[in-house]
This record gives sequence, C-alpha cells and structure tokens, in this order.
Amino acid sequence: MKLTVRHAFATRYGCIKGFLWLVSFGITTACCCLQVSAQSPVRKKDTTQTDSTRITHLNQVDIRAAKTDLPNTSPTPVQILKGEQLQRLNSFSVADALRFFTGVQLKDYGGVGGLKTVNVRSLGANHVAVFYDGIQLGNAQNGQVDLGRFSLDNIEEIDLYNGQRSEIFQSAKSFSAASTIYLQSAKPKFEPGEHTHIRLNYKTGSMGLVNPSMLWQQKLSDKINSTVSAEYIQSNGRYKFRYTNGVYDTTAVRNNGDIEAYRIEAGLRGSTVDSAAWSVKGYSYISNRGLPGAIVANKFNYSQRQWDRDQFIQANYESNTRSRYSFKAIAKYSDNYERYLDPEFVTTTGFLDNRFYQHEFYTSIANRYRISPVWDVALSADFQLNNLDANLYRFPYPTRYTELVSFASRLKLGRLNLQASLLGTFVNDKVKEYTGAGRKTAYTPTVTAGWQVSNNGDLMLRAFYKNIFRLPTFNDLYYTLIGNTQLRPEYAKQYDVGFTYNHQFRKHVLQSLSVQADVYYNQVNDKIVAIPGLNLFRWVMYNVGDVHIKGGELNVQSGWNVADEVVVTAGLNYTYQQAFYKDGGITYRYNIPYVPMHSGSFTLGADYRRFQFNYSYIYTGLRYNELSDDTNHGYNTVAPWYTHDLSVGYFTKIYRHKTRFGIEVNNLLNQDREIISNFPMPRRFYRFKISYNI
Amino acid sequence: MVLLVASCRKAPQVIPEQVETIFSPDPSSAIKGMYLLNEGNMNMNKASLDFVDFRTGVYKRNIYNEANPSVTKGLGDVGNDIGIYGSKMYVVVNISNKVEVLDVKTAKKLAQIDITNCRYVTFHKNKAYVSAYLGKVGDPKAPNGIVAEIDTVSLQIERKVTVGRQPEEMAIVGEKLYIANSGGYSPPDYERTVSVIDLASFTELKRIDVAINLDRLKADKYGDIYVTSRGDYYTIPSKLFVIDTQTDAIKKTFDIAASNLWIDDDTAYIYSTEWSYPQQKNTISYTMLNVKDETVLSSRFITDGTDKKIVVPYGISVNPISKDVFVTDAGNYVASGTLYCFDKNGRMKWQVQAGDIPAHMAFVY
Repeated sequence: MKLTVRHAFATRYGCIKGFLWLVSFGITTACCCLQVSAQSPVRKKDTTQTDSTRITHLNQVDIRAAKTDLPNTSPTPVQILKGEQLQRLNSFSVADALRFFTGVQLKDYGGVGGLKTVNVRSLGANHVAVFYDGIQLGNAQNGQVDLGRFSLDNIEEIDLYNGQRSEIFQSAKSFSAASTIYLQSAKPKFEPGEHTHIRLNYKTGSMGLVNPSMLWQQKLSDKINSTVSAEYIQSNGRYKFRYTNGVYDTTAVRNNGDIEAYRIEAGLRGSTVDSAAWSVKGYSYISNRGLPGAIVANKFNYSQRQWDRDQFIQANYESNTRSRYSFKAIAKYSDNYERYLDPEFVTTTGFLDNRFYQHEFYTSIANRYRISPVWDVALSADFQLNNLDANLYRFPYPTRYTELVSFASRLKLGRLNLQASLLGTFVNDKVKEYTGAGRKTAYTPTVTAGWQVSNNGDLMLRAFYKNIFRLPTFNDLYYTLIGNTQLRPEYAKQYDVGFTYNHQFRKHVLQSLSVQADVYYNQVNDKIVAIPGLNLFRWVMYNVGDVHIKGGELNVQSGWNVADEVVVTAGLNYTYQQAFYKDGGITYRYNIPYVPMHSGSFTLGADYRRFQFNYSYIYTGLRYNELSDDTNHGYNTVAPWYTHDLSVGYFTKIYRHKTRFGIEVNNLLNQDREIISNFPMPRRFYRFKISYNI
Repeated sequence: MVLLVASCRKAPQVIPEQVETIFSPDPSSAIKGMYLLNEGNMNMNKASLDFVDFRTGVYKRNIYNEANPSVTKGLGDVGNDIGIYGSKMYVVVNISNKVEVLDVKTAKKLAQIDITNCRYVTFHKNKAYVSAYLGKVGDPKAPNGIVAEIDTVSLQIERKVTVGRQPEEMAIVGEKLYIANSGGYSPPDYERTVSVIDLASFTELKRIDVAINLDRLKADKYGDIYVTSRGDYYTIPSKLFVIDTQTDAIKKTFDIAASNLWIDDDTAYIYSTEWSYPQQKNTISYTMLNVKDETVLSSRFITDGTDKKIVVPYGISVNPISKDVFVTDAGNYVASGTLYCFDKNGRMKWQVQAGDIPAHMAFVY
C-alpha cells in the first residue's frame, strides 16, 4: 500500500518584485527572466526528439469591443472567463484556464494526462465543488474532480465563486461547498434562418498531441435544439525536463505520461409555451493513461496505468423565472469506473489490479417565491445516493444517502443587497461489511451583503461569512487499512470583505475598467489528514488541528482602444496568502505546504484586423513542499516559477466559412519548473489549432 | 532587467548541510559517532543522512548532498536501512532502487548497487546481504523476494537467492541467514515464515512457520532470533517471537506489539505503536527484555516523562559502550522528526531536530 501525504505552507518572501516590475513596465521587457543555466560535469542526455509542431483551434470570434466582463452585482466574489476571453488563453483544459483566477492554486502533476485539481484560498481541493451545466460533478471516492479531463473545446463559460453563487434560486448542493466552479457548455444561438452550426477543430502540437473535435448544433424546431460534441485526445506525454543543483545537470524525457481519451456529449434543450426551459444531456468520457510517477534519484521511469470510464445522464427543468413562484427540478445518474494497474506491485494473484465502481443518483427541487419585488425566499431540497464497489481486501462496500435542505432569502433594499441561507445536511452511511460511519447532521449558515455605493452602480462594497464543511470521503472512511470511520467532518469558516468597481469610459483610450479586491480570513477545523499508524504500510486518516489562512486578492481587467482597428485588453491578478497549521504540537505555526505567499498573472490581448495576439504571464512564488519552520525551510523550498505564453490567431474565410488558425507557444523561456515537487512540468511547448465553422 | 533576474529565481545550489553543537564534547568517547538515516516520505526524494559526533558534540544535518554534489537528485526516495562494515557504509534506498556505498569517514560515494525495491542490509565475512521485495521485475507470476549477496571489496552482486514474499529484516547466526517474510502485498494472504538460508550454498534450507506478516528480525548473542509479527492490523495482534537457531523452532512468544527492537548485550530495547480507534490515536509503549533468559524486565529506558513528548517512535539504537539509548520520533511524518538521547538511567541527555522520518542508525567505531 503506497500512500503519500503532502501538506502545504507559505513563503516569507518571494520574487514578487520581479512580477510587479514586469507589470508596471509592460510586456516589452517581459522576456527577461532568464533561466539559470548551470554547466555541469554530469549530464545525462536523452534521445527523444524535441517537440514537434502542429495545429489547434480556437472558437469563432466576432467580438471586437474592448469590454470587460466582471459583473458587479454579486455580493460574493466571482471571477468569470467566457467566450472569446476564455478562448484566447493558452489553455487546453479547464484546469489551465483556472490558473488565471485569483486565490486559486492549481495542483498539476504535468502533461495532458496528469491529475489537475484546484485548491481555492488554501482550503484544500475537497472544499471545491465543480458544477457542469448546473449539476455537480461528484466523486464520492476521493472528493476531487480532475479538471484536466474537461477540455475547453466545449466550454463556453467558467465561473468561480468564493463562498457560494450569489443566487438564492438554486439547488441545495450549490450552497454546500466553500468554493464553487461552474462550467457551462456551449449553448446554441441561432440567427433567423439558421438551422445548423457545425464547428470542426483540430489541435496538435508538442508531446504528440492529436486532438480532433466536433461540435454540432441543430435547430430541431422553434422550441427545441440539439447539441452533439465529440472529442478525441491522444498524447504520448513525452517531454523533456531538467534537474540541476549547479553541479549535476540531468535532462531526461518524461515517461509513462501517455493518454488516449474519448469524450462524447449529446443534449437537447427546449422551452415550452409558458416559457419554462428544459434540457437533457448524456456524457461519456473514456480514457486509458499511464501514470508518470515522482522523479526521484535513480528512478525516472514508471509503469502504472489507469483506465477510466465516466458516464452520466442529467436532466433539468426550470419554470418561467419571471413568475412570482418558480421552481427548478434536476435529476442525474452517473456511473464511474476506474481501474488501476501496478506492475511493480506483484501479489499472489499477479500485478496489483484494483477496480473501483461508483454509482450516483441525484435529484433536486428548488422553489422560489417572490414575496415582494424586493424580497425573495427560496427552499431547495436535494437527495443523493452514492455507492462504491471495489475489489479491495476488507472493503466495506459503502452507500451514502445524503439529504440537503436549504432555505435562503434575498432582500434588495435600495442599493443594499442582503442574502442569507441556511443549509441542513443529513447524511447516513451504510455498509455491507464491517462498520459504517453512520449518521451525521449539520446546519451551516451563510450571510452575504452587497452595497452599491454610488447611484450608477460602479462601486460596490461586499462582505460574506460562510460556515461549511466537507464530509470525509469514501477513501477517508473505508479504504482498507487507511480508512477511519470515526472521522469528523472538516469545517471551514470564511470571512471576506471586498469591493468591486466597474466603469465604462466614453471617448477614452481606456474604454473599460473593472477592479475587484478582497481580503479574507479562513479557518479550517478538524482538518482530515493521513498519518502513519504502526508503520508506513499502515496509515490512518484522522482529524488533526486547525489551519488558519489569511489572504488578499486583486483582480483588474481593462479594455483599451489604442488606435483605429487596435483593441487591447489587459488583466492583472495578484494573490497574497499565508496559511499556518495549529495543532498544539511541535508543528504549531508551521507553514501549510504549497501555498505561495505571492502569486499572480498578467494577460494582454490585442486585436488588429484579422489578427489576434495574446500574451500571458503566470507567477507562483516560493512555496514549501512540507510542513516546516525556519530550520528546515531550506530543505523544503520549491523554487518560484513563472511562464510566458504567447499565441497568435488569424481569422479568415474558406469557402465562405469562418476559419481560424492559431499558434501557441507555452513556457516561452523554457523554464524548468515544478508545481508539485518531483513532478516536472514541460519545458517550452507548442500547439497549433485550426477551427472551421460550417 | 538585472533586478528581475536577481529577484526571481536563485541559481540552483547544492543543498547545504546544517551544523550545530548539541552537547558538550567528550573526546574520550570510544565510539566516534553515529549516522542517522532519515527515510523521507515516499515521492518526496528526501532521504537524508545526519551524523552525531560523540567526541565533539556536533550534529551535522543533511550531509549527503555536500559530500556528493554530483549525484543526480541526491540520496533518493525512502532510506530504508543503513549498515557499516569496515570502512564502508551501506545505505539502502527503497524507492530509488539502490544501495549507496559510502566512505564511512567522509560520506563520499564509492559505488552504487542497483537492486529493485531493496529493504535491509546485513553483513558477514566480507559480504553484504540485501533483501529486496521483488526478484523479477514485471513478471506477474514472480511475487517472491530475494536476498542478494554483495562482495564488500568488488561491490558487485555475486549471488541471489529467492525467499518468501516481501522479505524484510535479516540476521546471521553461524553460517545461516534468517530472513522475515511479510507477504505484505497480498493481504490477507500474508507470509508467515522465516526463511533460513545456508550461506555456503546460498540456498534456502527451510522456512520456519512463525506468524503472519513478519517484519523486524534481530539475533542475540545466545543463538536466538527475535522476530516481530505485525499481525493483520485488525483482529490478529502484533507479537514478538523468539526462535532457537539450534532447533529452528519457536522458543517463546511475547504478547508485545513490537514495532522495532534493538538488542545490546543481554537486553532488548523495544517500542511499540498501535493505533487505537476508540482513542483516535496511537498507543505507544516501551519495553525491555532480558534476552539471556527471555524475560520482561521491569526497568524502562525512558524514565523522565519524555516518552509523552514522542509522537511516533520510529527508530532505536543503543550505544554499546555508554549504554545511551537513541530514540527517533517521526512526529506527524510530514515535517522534520526528532532524535532523542537518553542515558542508561532513562533520563534525556539531549534532543535535536533531525530530517524527515528519522529511522535507522549505525555507529562509527
């Protein structure tokens, strides 16, 4: 049984100076962060060829206005990437795009197939809920969604809410996490006379990427349309990486990072005569991948493999939202299969070969009643069933029954927007064998307030408080030898104040400006971690200590009309965070691993006639890869990293159909970097895209 | 531009050692010092080597990288055992699939012997014996482990013998090598035997049935072997068995959940860690045995209450001259551990911050 436990921590100083300097002087000087080059006697050369090059696609682009999209009505902090803005980023998956949000730490093990999860405001990946077209993507086994599996091909919008979405008319699930990410797939919009949209994309590039995809939207009737989206992804996952300490200097090629995946989605959307909306969607994702392991001394190659099959079908009905009373109903069934094969672990029955089968059934009803034009109330009730089967020794075969009830209210008094919600969670775990975790009940509140300072609504002050918890996952509770059924839920309290400023300028070079800033304090109680019991074979999950997190975030977006036909957008994100552990033992006030004190990004886009240019810079400051204090910081330091990415797009028409070509260069300066220690990220790599709209 | 370059990333550098004086010098100490191998967590590549100089009172933390700056990624991932034989020190690095052979005086690397999933090392007549979980890599029908015989002069593997599944610690009595088979990869189908290897022919003579999931194995000077069983972590408890190597039969069973033990002269020093669900914590106990007549002693090797500070005892050794007892504390395993030194009366002499998961010790004479 191999189980690694990693923790986090923060930095005392970083190289933020460089970052600020960069921002203040613009990108002309952006390429100056030279890599450290060290000569060395020991050099292990690899034989693989360098990155090859190919093509990738971008979405159709018509918008040429220098506008920013940050909404200023949400009393909880929200960051949105959508449409054109989303497609401009040098991003392959949803995980890549989330790097451009403040407060987000992406855990990326590298390559196309490597696990990618996000940690928002240092609360841990288990406190992030991901919704796809309004319904949560669950994983009762480990509580984490691999965001690397969601390519941007079919995604129209990504929203990240701290606390919860500032909307009371939603499922109880939407109230049930510390942070929520909403992924919205492309919705068909037909112009009069149009019946069919077909978009064909092809992306290729470094690491043997082959990625054809297709989106077909069809208007079936005035009220009903259909969407089919299909995609194939293949990558050999081979990329060069380099390690050096100034004396040794080793370059090698990542092995076992290959992936082959298929995704197909099909859905119907419609509306009824009384303006109710409905949708049905089926989703299937099948993949076969190698699991590249940690690059440690004398062991660079791995042979573990994983197979996945994720499928779901979901349906949504929403009555006319303009009525005084409206309701929403949701139902979903999902089925996940995972197989893990470890040829380095030989048992009496051959290689370790674990199979996990998960089933989930979910349904929700949300009701809203408008008591007066300024006062709404909402009541939502959800039911969810999860079970897990596995071919593990001493496995209890758990089934979890979750009932969620939320009551929420919104009051709009002039420029003041007040929302309060209370979530009741009722969980019961049953097991076929051994002991289950039994029943748990919790009531958790959230209060949010927004105040429009000025009449034009440009400036809004915001604040929220949220108390929420994450339940121990099936792995935490039941994984053979590791699980501990007596775990308590891990609570997270969030306090946040901030402001949003949004202004459109007329007849100025600067056309639009939006600024969002927040400071926050989070406290995690009863953190669930693994500790070894008898020996390293026998880890046990248990609740330990508290984590205190303080931070600040700044998000600036601007649009500029620099000259005739030249439109520029520029964005800046900065996150300051510190997270400490408080367990009463010697690790009291140790830094939580993988929390940089400073991190941020800068993006610049320019449109000129048929060309589109994009530049992005992402910076993550010094982190530590373990709980540590001053004495051992030196041994636990993970070097800061920053990447410069560039892309160019060109639009034209081929046979009167919109066609787009794109080239991306990522990690332009070839920086060797790690996000997770011993999991090297790719050096410079390329993507080529072509998109053809019929 | 200069500013930016300077402020961004530091030039890569060799991980430095840290030196501190932790006790008053004792130039008369017969034993020069002690190496401490810190395991480091899996995937962290943080196995590290510390040295306590008994004569100067100096503690050197993380000495490997400065001594061997040209070794790519250093000592490696999960240091599982350390042994000194003559002028050479052998460090078994489990996930890094290697045995590092270092010069005892300088800790400089002399050679590397690649052995997949290697676990423990012991010595006899100019040979080093290393146990390893897998004999044949990538063969689903080959679950058994091996012992490799390494010549301590040529530093080459000379012979291999197949033993039980996932073999752990070894000891040599006479011309026979005893090795604990665990079978830990196939629960509940654990191994329950000690393999006996004839060193002359390097073949397995027999297997002694003991109990499931065997782990630590030490010999006393009376021809007995002490072997621990980890049990199944659920209903079958951990125990300690004594095997008489004259008869190769179990001589005595102690109902002690021994996690690890060190035998010095007539005394076995034992600690045990057991997870208690009701209390949601490990219950830890320390025991001493008289190995001459196999009885539990009433004395304790920690008497001053320091045991309450130790979160997870993870390694033990005893200075054969001064009888000082060294106990390591792995703490929460994801931060640095601690090395404690107790005098022969069980009172703490000093403590020092070690590396991650300090575990295995070897004395330098």
